[in-house]
Amino acid sequence: MFVLVEMVDTVRIPPWQFERKLNDSIAEELNKKLANKVVYNVGLCICLFDITKLEDAYVFPGDGASHTKDEILIGKIKGCSPEGVHVSLDFFDDILIPPESLQQPAKFDEAEQVWVWEYETEEGAHDLYMDTGEEIRFRVVDESFVDTSPTGPSSADATTSSEELPKKEAPYTLVGSISEPGLGLLSWWTSS
Amino acid sequence: MEVKDASSALLSNYELLTDLKEQRKESGKNKHSSGQQNLNTITYETLKYISKTPCRHQSPEIVREFLTAMKSHKLTKAEKLQLLNHRPVTAVEIQLMVEESEERLTEEQIEALLHTVTSILPAGPEAEQKKNANSDGTMDEEDPA
Repeated sequence: MFVLVEMVDTVRIPPWQFERKLNDSIAEELNKKLANKVVYNVGLCICLFDITKLEDAYVFPGDGASHTKDEILIGKIKGCSPEGVHVSLDFFDDILIPPESLQQPAKFDEAEQVWVWEYETEEGAHDLYMDTGEEIRFRVVDESFVDTSPTGPSSADATTSSEELPKKEAPYTLVGSISEPGLGLLSWWTSS
Repeated sequence: MEVKDASSALLSNYELLTDLKEQRKESGKNKHSSGQQNLNTITYETLKYISKTPCRHQSPEIVREFLTAMKSHKLTKAEKLQLLNHRPVTAVEIQLMVEESEERLTEEQIEALLHTVTSILPAGPEAEQKKNANSDGTMDEEDPA
């Protein structure tokens, strides 16, 4: 889930930082640029790992979190909506398990706003609720990068407050699935 | 900025935990950490996440021992990494993490794999306590009052 990504960049050190050790200034600038930011088609950047070369072109590996397809991860349920179950890994929140990838049969409880697995046994259907805060094991089945760089003057006027905020698209989202034995809430599979 | 190699090395949760803890120590000494809000946020949240995973009980020696023991099981690097990061304890977890496990591993091999994982990678003192408490519980029931 975590990888080292090798990058090359030119870093500008502002003059008032000249008194500091060069590596420290460069490290700080790189972290400011990349930490907690999504790099298109790579993943979410955590932090600088090391600077391998300083020349006219600087080369440095950075820690990044990218998700290999089919990887198993454990996260926490952030909430449910008709779109599916929203999962969070503390440092990354944009994970969705769509309804078709839940353990079937599944239904959305409108009153409680929660997805439910209607687990069938010989005694009948047993409702298993996917509550917020529960730990959930899922498989990564897809990831998508959206280019969110600014395209020009925005049509939404910030001063006229409308009821709905302009929808901000997440630059990096993961799609998960729990439709396999062993996936879903950890509590479903651990023998207590 | 240019990405030269989007996947130059896989990092285990343990390696990242060590690296982030080191960075946090360094930044504590460094007074110029103003304006590093993003870095602080991401390192804090990432540390929070991986500190809950089995890697918090690992050490370089344990990781080395694990990888040596894994050689005989013929798994890919990514699969070994998943086992290292998650410490599966059931056969169904192994089946999730090893691709086409039904074709590649017999039941005995899965058991052997589970044994390697659970014996080398520590579960942590809480899990050990729970195990002891369970066995103590049954013994108490049998003992005369």
